[in-house]
Amino acid sequence: MELQMRTMTPQRILVLIGYAAAAVALFCAPLYLSDFRLNLLAKFLAFAIVALGLDLIWGYTGILSLGHGVFFGLGAYAMAMYLKLEASGGKLPDFMNWSGLTSLPWFWKPFGSFGFAVAAGLLLPALLALVLGFFTFRNRIRGVYFTILTQALVIITTTLFIGQQAFTGGTNGVTGFGTLFGQSLGKAETKQILYFVTVIALFAAFVLCRYIVGSRFGRVMRAIRDGENRARFIGYNPAVYQMLVFCVSAALAGLAGMLFVLHVGIISPSMMGIVPSIEMVLWVAIGGRGTLIGAALGAILMNAAKSTFSESYPELWTMFLGLLFVIVVVFLPKGLAGLFPQIKLRKRRGMEHEGEGVHYSAL
Amino acid sequence: MDVTILQMFNGLSVSSILLLIALGLAITFGLMNVINMAHGELIMIGAYATYVTQTLFKDLFPEAMFGWYFVAAIPVSFMAAFLLGLLLEFSLIRFLYGRPLDSLLATWGVALVLQQLARTVFGAPNVAVTSPEWLNGGLTVMDGLVFPYKRIFIIGLVAATLFVMYLYIYRSHAGRRMRAVMQNRDMAACLGVSTRRVDALTFAIGSGIAGIAGCALTLMGPIGPSLGTYYIVDAFMVVVLGGVGKLIGTVIGAVGIGMTNTLFEYWTTASLGKVLVFLCIVAFLQWKPKGLVAMRTRSLDS
Repeated sequence: MELQMRTMTPQRILVLIGYAAAAVALFCAPLYLSDFRLNLLAKFLAFAIVALGLDLIWGYTGILSLGHGVFFGLGAYAMAMYLKLEASGGKLPDFMNWSGLTSLPWFWKPFGSFGFAVAAGLLLPALLALVLGFFTFRNRIRGVYFTILTQALVIITTTLFIGQQAFTGGTNGVTGFGTLFGQSLGKAETKQILYFVTVIALFAAFVLCRYIVGSRFGRVMRAIRDGENRARFIGYNPAVYQMLVFCVSAALAGLAGMLFVLHVGIISPSMMGIVPSIEMVLWVAIGGRGTLIGAALGAILMNAAKSTFSESYPELWTMFLGLLFVIVVVFLPKGLAGLFPQIKLRKRRGMEHEGEGVHYSAL
Repeated sequence: MDVTILQMFNGLSVSSILLLIALGLAITFGLMNVINMAHGELIMIGAYATYVTQTLFKDLFPEAMFGWYFVAAIPVSFMAAFLLGLLLEFSLIRFLYGRPLDSLLATWGVALVLQQLARTVFGAPNVAVTSPEWLNGGLTVMDGLVFPYKRIFIIGLVAATLFVMYLYIYRSHAGRRMRAVMQNRDMAACLGVSTRRVDALTFAIGSGIAGIAGCALTLMGPIGPSLGTYYIVDAFMVVVLGGVGKLIGTVIGAVGIGMTNTLFEYWTTASLGKVLVFLCIVAFLQWKPKGLVAMRTRSLDS
């Protein structure tokens, strides 16, 4: 592997120690956290997976998607459909009864199998991303235009899910699950196992993103971000790269959605709407776009802060969230992760007494 | 037949409101390359300004005057949104020139704060604005076909605003400076146009028009702190569809989206209609990726 070929500078060793410490802390979390806290942490880790995917497309490829709530929601609904079918035990799910359906709709049927549900949870978001990407990137629709289109995608998906109540559970969403493989979802042991599954999924996602970013493919991604036309003139086709990254990013969001449903036990259209989608972007912005670890940490920290403050001061929290958005975007375009190199650079520049030289502009 | 005509009329009225909202967005995006997500909240400010005017008229003036509060509310809501836009431009937007994605995120933060402020000041529940007496009822066109005066009034208001904007952009000195900056900022600056002042003024005017849109929306139903969010994405779609830089593009975009939206929702269901409109827009962008009317430019990375 490329990793071992590199020389081990003290900095690299420090970083590796940091990763190891994070891994140990996460794997030992059941030892020092209560069941309730563990469940919360598991949810945050699932969000961190979304943040990783979002960072790939936004931080590394320069395309802002406000539609990740939809991909997250599709994954979540895929898992929820499986759990709902298991909970109803061969009968019609309750909300379909209330809406007057007499038989299971055809597209619900395959979700009885766990394998299909997981595959659909990953592939459906990726497919949707591919279709949207195909019709936009190929025509060089990008930047703000693309962002607005993704936001419109969120609106129509949520209205569609709310409108088709008989098939999706409407505003209430899908909930009331019982078991997974015969194990009750409410039991502490099940929750612990699911927590470990999430930690492993997060690490796998992190390694995958790390690999993509470090590879030749990742270099092209950054080239596209910094100068799409230049990359095109050198002979790369940016649209292909953008589509692929968008797909991977969407699949990661779908994975996170599946895990989210397992931890929280409900998915409804309000969890995939405009506000959650933009909040996901905020996690990445605050953690630091363009650094994977920053994005993941941003998601965990922001959600921890939210669950601590928003329960006691919901009004102040909204204000705070809005102000944070403004401050981070205007003053800290690289997020919290950007603070550290900035300080280091400033120190070094100060020592060398060099006023000019490379411009470390925030843009 | 009657129903179709009524739907067309409703579509026209939806389009006119969309146009009012999208006008400011298109101008600021074309001029400064800034996407203002807080535009919806400027609509809300306009709506609440109307509400306050109405309450003041009720308390301070004799009852006979009440019917005329709406005439006063239009300039009041314009000014409220205008001043807020000026403040916003001065305190935040000018730091975000040329960074459209960042401006989108930062102004979304502003939108959150403004919504929360409105919730604190006016309360979370919607408030109703009593429409003036002379706007109740409707114009009977045929048997069973009534055009409500309110909607006719809104369409008229939009037409008037559009006309004033046309005069401003294409027939005034300030408008000529604005177009110059839009076409080539550096060259305009070299020739002595104060681009800073043009930016601030244009942004404020766009905001003011959003305020008028908010004022018009009070006629359609109760208003609340999240009023703007319902319209903002549709308004952005108008900008995407119509392109930036020309008034006519925005007009066609608004009429196109408003009409197709209403008709599709009438032919299918409300949720399916939205999906169909979205698909139509994506299909349209295959043909014209930069929108209907695009500014001609020779620069590659514009």
